[in-house]
Amino acid sequence: MNSDRVAPSAGADIERSTPAAAVPPAARALRHKDLLGIADLTPEEILLILDTAEAMKEIGFRPIKKVPTLRGKTIVNLFFEPSTRTRTSFEIAEKRLSADTLNIATATSSVQKGETLADTALNLEAMAPDMIVLRHPSSGACHLLSRICRAGIINAGDGTHEHPTQALLDAFTIREHKGCMRGLKIAIVGDLLHSRVLRSNVLLLTKLGADVWVSGPPTLVPPGIERMGVSATTSIDRAIEGADVVMLLRVQLERMQGVFVPSLREYFTVFGMTEERVRRASPGVIIMHPGPLNRGVEIASEVADGPYSVILEQVANGVAIRMAVLYLLAGGVEHEAAA
Amino acid sequence: MPVVMDADRIDRTLARIAHEIVERNRGVDELALVGIRTRGVTLARRLAQRLLDITKEDVPTGTLDITLYRDDLMRSPVGPQPVIRRTEIPFSIDDRKILLVDDVLYTGRTVRAALDALIDFGRPKAIQLVVLVDRGHRELPIKADYVGKNLPTSLKESVQVRLHETDGADEVLVEEHQS
Amino acid sequence: MKQLLKGGRVVDPATGVDGRCDVLIDGGRIARVDVAIPVDRSDMTVIDVPADCVIAPGLIDMHVHLREPGQEHKETVATGTAAAVAGGFTAVACMPNTDPVNDSAGITEYILKKAADSRLARVYPIGAVSRGSRGEHLADIAELRAAGCVAISDDGRPVATAVLMRRALEYASMFGMPVIDHCEDQSLKGDGVAHEGYQASLLGLRGIPAAAESIMAQRDITLAELTGGHVHIAHMSVRGSLDAVRMGKTRGVRVTCEVTPHHLTLTDESLAAPISYDTNAKMNPPLREAADRDALLQGIVDGSIDAIATDHAPHHYDEKKVEFDRAPFGIVGLESCVPLSFDRLVHTGLIRIGRLIELLSTNPARILGVPGGSLAVGAPADITILAPNLSVTLNASRMRSKSRNTPFDGWKLRGGVAATIVGGRVVYANPDVPAAARAFAA
Repeated sequence: MNSDRVAPSAGADIERSTPAAAVPPAARALRHKDLLGIADLTPEEILLILDTAEAMKEIGFRPIKKVPTLRGKTIVNLFFEPSTRTRTSFEIAEKRLSADTLNIATATSSVQKGETLADTALNLEAMAPDMIVLRHPSSGACHLLSRICRAGIINAGDGTHEHPTQALLDAFTIREHKGCMRGLKIAIVGDLLHSRVLRSNVLLLTKLGADVWVSGPPTLVPPGIERMGVSATTSIDRAIEGADVVMLLRVQLERMQGVFVPSLREYFTVFGMTEERVRRASPGVIIMHPGPLNRGVEIASEVADGPYSVILEQVANGVAIRMAVLYLLAGGVEHEAAA
Repeated sequence: MPVVMDADRIDRTLARIAHEIVERNRGVDELALVGIRTRGVTLARRLAQRLLDITKEDVPTGTLDITLYRDDLMRSPVGPQPVIRRTEIPFSIDDRKILLVDDVLYTGRTVRAALDALIDFGRPKAIQLVVLVDRGHRELPIKADYVGKNLPTSLKESVQVRLHETDGADEVLVEEHQS
Repeated sequence: MKQLLKGGRVVDPATGVDGRCDVLIDGGRIARVDVAIPVDRSDMTVIDVPADCVIAPGLIDMHVHLREPGQEHKETVATGTAAAVAGGFTAVACMPNTDPVNDSAGITEYILKKAADSRLARVYPIGAVSRGSRGEHLADIAELRAAGCVAISDDGRPVATAVLMRRALEYASMFGMPVIDHCEDQSLKGDGVAHEGYQASLLGLRGIPAAAESIMAQRDITLAELTGGHVHIAHMSVRGSLDAVRMGKTRGVRVTCEVTPHHLTLTDESLAAPISYDTNAKMNPPLREAADRDALLQGIVDGSIDAIATDHAPHHYDEKKVEFDRAPFGIVGLESCVPLSFDRLVHTGLIRIGRLIELLSTNPARILGVPGGSLAVGAPADITILAPNLSVTLNASRMRSKSRNTPFDGWKLRGGVAATIVGGRVVYANPDVPAAARAFAA
């Protein structure tokens, strides 16, 4: 079938302003069935997603915030953990691309009756969804689903393993403010052990050449973290010294008290992001947080609401990133499910 | 590879089209240019400059990426997903006459996608189509209002438009495919 | 009618024989082991052992889970002993964490009856240390002994408290029985599912630190020293435990230990590849890091490790086809042990066949105090005919165990079993070794 395709320009695209030498060219395609984690993406593929998200972002400013691209595609949001922010973000993204969305929250589902994840997925498959967005409390749940299902699987957070769309929207936000990521000093502070946001961000930022520092109480540092290419320190002040970006991680209140850290009050004293600490970072620092915030625990209110905070921008960018991921995965090559 | 239009010819063609636009619309009131990415954008900007030269008035210009409106996405399991770029239409299109600009008119599907996209932005008074080259083989009932050159081609050929802003030189080439 | 095994190479560390020898069996017992025993076809059936084969005292797997009574969907005594003989084992010792727990003569006798009905491998039940394995009161150990138990263990769990372990060691020593402990400090283990290390960190899996095992191994060895009892460390997996065992042995403590084939072959990298979050790489103790595996291999070579035991832990397919966190711990091992051991220990030049037979037969018999582990005259004719150079491709779908939860499916290995003989009766002849199938037509 003939169509007059708009051929991408052969030379450098003059509308991109990043210097060509510092950044590898973006990939032409995402040749994956699923997005299970940043671990599976090359730097070029990451850049493709970020570039695509830029174009998607503009749709949110139009009078009609919709394009027909995924019309007729069915996407299931299968959330085994409660989530307002991520689920609504995905839902908006799906609807802006004109896809049909289906939300399954396990409180009301057959999972309550003891159905296994595998069976839930197979039953859904029988209705032929094109993609399944999965959030689940077990690390590796998306890998299991990917082996079972023909549909493309997008990881919206599996246990303490990865949350790839969060890391992508974080990178998008950083890039909007700082341009190229190579050589930027980025500090990530908090409960490193239980954070999937940490793992995804570390993988992504190191792939793009950032200088990543992580900091948290010794009881919450995953063994072998330095092997992921980061500098680890129990001193938040060392981590944020001159940092261009400071990312605070959510303290999991349920887990923390008594066993890992004596008290939240003590946590705030030793690791909380206060205005005074902000001054130790570089003058143009941006403060980030994946949300939801625990004010007065990992971050002081004045900082969360202050001029350096880009927390709300992160949320807005989430929709654009998720639109980009859905677009790149949904189109193109068909895949068979693994036996 | 035969060059069917050289830099000089392209230049004179655009000049002629600009005059036609002014004449047919009795001035540039209510007009706006929207170029279809990628080369349509370059052509739209050149036309905006010519219109400014002729009438001393600025014609607002925007860029449109129609990838998300294409009818061949999600269909054929071949080839990578086309890369998408930003759409920027920094003015209201309501009640304006939009000049949609593209380099080559062929099957008409790109223009159909562009029309769908524009309608999502508002309700223009009219839409007129400007193309540098019309190579025939329409698959949809689409007609250009302003044509730089009519170029009958066979299905085995492809038409390449090069513009110095993006490709280093101004020329229109016809190539035979190696299938 | 007597039987004469003719033409094989006998390797029996217990009697020191290693060379071409014939073996004469009479009334289910070893009658004679000698070079060129005269043939008298009126008195004996002659079995021509294929030239390449090694005649060894029957292998004994001293750590298996037969799941009966209570979990027959995973395995039964019948299917478990069928898997055992196919794996070359003439005897297995089975753990008491059945449902109900084997803490009484009744359950022990039930297991023995099932074994007798199957008429395949011998089964030596291991009784519980505490009632219900709940870690509170000692089980009726004398009763268990009289019913046929050869050792006691609360396997699945550690012996809960130091004082209980002390009493168990003291009491069991009356009968010369070892206490077999699953060493794992529960508070350090927490809700961990994988070895605490880089791989678990990368995959977001909760970790079980090596110290959880070595702390308890040290506890048990100290108590064995205090009481003079015999402690056997089950499925040892970390170098810290091995160091403690070595120290104990130099001080004369009665400590022995076993290691599984999977801890000698795999590391925690199997969690990610070839299958990510492979539930068939989930067992307890978990696959550890390379330094632990290498230390265990060294212990195999230098004699610090006494036995190889599989910890054969069958689980039904449905139970393993879930998220990693939810999958039960354990993999099967009876039918992959011999090929893995040959391929990774003998053919790599680490140990000789004699040492392997010590690990799989001589020492398990000695530790459990059961007959076997030797081809001495008068010993029961429990014999494993090994084929050290057989090309084996492990095939889960052809396993005789009821369950197929193995990470070794498809592995191509060198070394296998030609035939298995219990009490002079051929209970298994490998159909993939035509010479054996003919010679040992069961």
